[in-house]
Amino acid sequence: MGITQILFWFLTALVLGSALMVIFSKNPVHSVLWLIVTFFCISGHYILLNAQFLAIVNVIVYAGAIMVLFLFVVMLMNLNAETEPQKNKWLKFAGAIAGSCLLLVLVAALKDTDAMRQEVLMKTGDIGLIHNLGMVLFRDYLLPFEISSVLFLSAMVGTVVIGKKGD
Amino acid sequence: MTILNIDWFFALEKLILIAVVITGALVIAMYSTYAERKVAAFIQDRRGPNRAGPFGLFQPLADGLKLFFKEEIIPSHSNKVLFVLGPSLAMLTAMMTSAVIPWGSKVELFGRSIDLQIADINIGILFVFGVVSLGVYGILIGAWSSNNKFSLLGGLRGASQIISYELAMGISLIALLMVTGTLSLKEMVEQQRHGHWNIIHQPLGFLIFLICAFAECNRTPFDLPEAENELNCGYHSEYSSMKLGFYLFAEYINMFISGAVMACLYFGGYDIPFVDESALAVNTAAILGAVALLVKVGLFIFLFMWVRWTIPRFRYDQLMRLGWKNLIPLSLLNMFVTGAWILWKSKSH
Amino acid sequence: MQSLTQRAQPVDRRPMTWVEKIYLWNIFRGMLITLVHLFSKKVTINYPEQTRPFSPVFRGLHILNRDEEGRERCTACGLCAVACPAEAITMEAAERLPGEEKLYREEKYAARYEINMLRCIFCGLCEEACPKDAIYLTETIAPANYSRRSFIYGKEDLLIPDPNTQPAEYAKARGQIDKKKKAGA
Repeated sequence: MGITQILFWFLTALVLGSALMVIFSKNPVHSVLWLIVTFFCISGHYILLNAQFLAIVNVIVYAGAIMVLFLFVVMLMNLNAETEPQKNKWLKFAGAIAGSCLLLVLVAALKDTDAMRQEVLMKTGDIGLIHNLGMVLFRDYLLPFEISSVLFLSAMVGTVVIGKKGD
Repeated sequence: MTILNIDWFFALEKLILIAVVITGALVIAMYSTYAERKVAAFIQDRRGPNRAGPFGLFQPLADGLKLFFKEEIIPSHSNKVLFVLGPSLAMLTAMMTSAVIPWGSKVELFGRSIDLQIADINIGILFVFGVVSLGVYGILIGAWSSNNKFSLLGGLRGASQIISYELAMGISLIALLMVTGTLSLKEMVEQQRHGHWNIIHQPLGFLIFLICAFAECNRTPFDLPEAENELNCGYHSEYSSMKLGFYLFAEYINMFISGAVMACLYFGGYDIPFVDESALAVNTAAILGAVALLVKVGLFIFLFMWVRWTIPRFRYDQLMRLGWKNLIPLSLLNMFVTGAWILWKSKSH
Repeated sequence: MQSLTQRAQPVDRRPMTWVEKIYLWNIFRGMLITLVHLFSKKVTINYPEQTRPFSPVFRGLHILNRDEEGRERCTACGLCAVACPAEAITMEAAERLPGEEKLYREEKYAARYEINMLRCIFCGLCEEACPKDAIYLTETIAPANYSRRSFIYGKEDLLIPDPNTQPAEYAKARGQIDKKKKAGA
């Protein structure tokens, strides 16, 4: 077993453990912090796939910006373990079913794709490096990329409209 | 020697380098506290610390010793684990950035050619950026776990300030990346050899980057998170002893690292101005280059202090207006102009 | 309202110009000012090594004088206590016994002589009132202490060193008194 495998299993255990801790933590702040740990482990997986750019962007965008805002909101609303409302048993049940349905759909959709058939390129693939990624993004997937930027723009316009309403 | 497909000599060499860099960063941060007090005193026509040792040179040791011997207080209503985690994270993220900074070119030792850089990853500057964006967790977690309103307000201010200024910083950086065409700090420094410093191409970008660096380091005029006259100390109100020391220390290490990053990005890193390094022996050139980099960093640290003791603190709305309404449009303009210039240059060839 | 002096300056309330609005130029000017101060002369005095010269009329801690043979000059006449506006001085007189001629200059002497340094205002009226050249205010600053009791200075704290046993200390203290006399004259 090479060092890559050891790291892979270590990261996988860590990612699953911390993801479970996100759900099982009573304190919302702890949940958010465990989620950050999860993002880090996923970034570690990206690095193992030699996708350093994706790894660092994952850290910058998710762990560095979005989770800060999450933490921000949780702290501002002063959510504690005590203030967590007791959820209805049926609600929990419905949540579990909805979650499993999503998992089922994902598995069904991905089980026959090309990506599943080929061996994962451990440490050798270079599609995640910034040069190749840029080429792919701006040559093969130019239209979806630009459309997604319009999506962001619309989100920005939406926030401005909501923000202006008070005046 | 290879076990588990690892070159252990390589690992040892890197470990030694990490130890040297971290010790160096700590010592420099230590003496930055001394320099800060001296600069403050000199600007205010005073003398500064001059009792401990010659010229007060042992003052940082005395301060550190004092911090160690102070009573360690953990507030009874705080979240104990996170309360300790906060300063540790602040220190960790401050140290982590030093990994990708090229401290010098190569030295040749025992027949091995050793890079004076801990990790030359091809996304170097993004790594710095990612770690800096994590720096806010140290502040935020420490602030929240203290269970104190002033701390929390300081932490929230710090978080929103750092996120806001990261944007302008990132966009000004994109313009620079368009010029250099690489994300690796080492390559950037190599491109700037022989005085072709990036500051010539990106003066506005540098100015924006510098202002954002002040905000990211929580230095005056942007030290709102610890504004003592309104928040009584901000996020570290409840901290005492060495945990407080960690927060204060992290600030100085951040200053040192951001100085190093700016020197590498815009001022040629270990390039010695008006000297042709290829004429020198490899080791001499490396050592002189490292010294040149440290001098540049020292000048940046001095600039940080000089500004601190000159300019009063911004108001919070002024800070946000500057970040969102001035710096971001300016950096966008800078990016646009740089792109147009590059396009025009490639067309004219 | 008519202004009393000509020194009033009208406040400049014009809107900021473009250069002022981007702040950078003004910040730069401010930094130049601090840079000049960085190299200017420091006003601090390194206190224990360097002392500022006292003015000739400086009044610090009291000292009880002796004559050249080392005899106490004070006769416990009480004029200093009467002159003291803060009522800080108290004393008890005693008669000199045979055999004590070497200790006390005259037949009556102060067995107890106390000054409360917390009450004393260092006005120097005791010095002026003394007919026997016995009390002087020196250039020593009253030191801080922890208890109130310790601020009541007795004879052992106030007396000038004996010229027979401690000539060097006596000469030093004496020098201060002489300087004082010269300034007064």
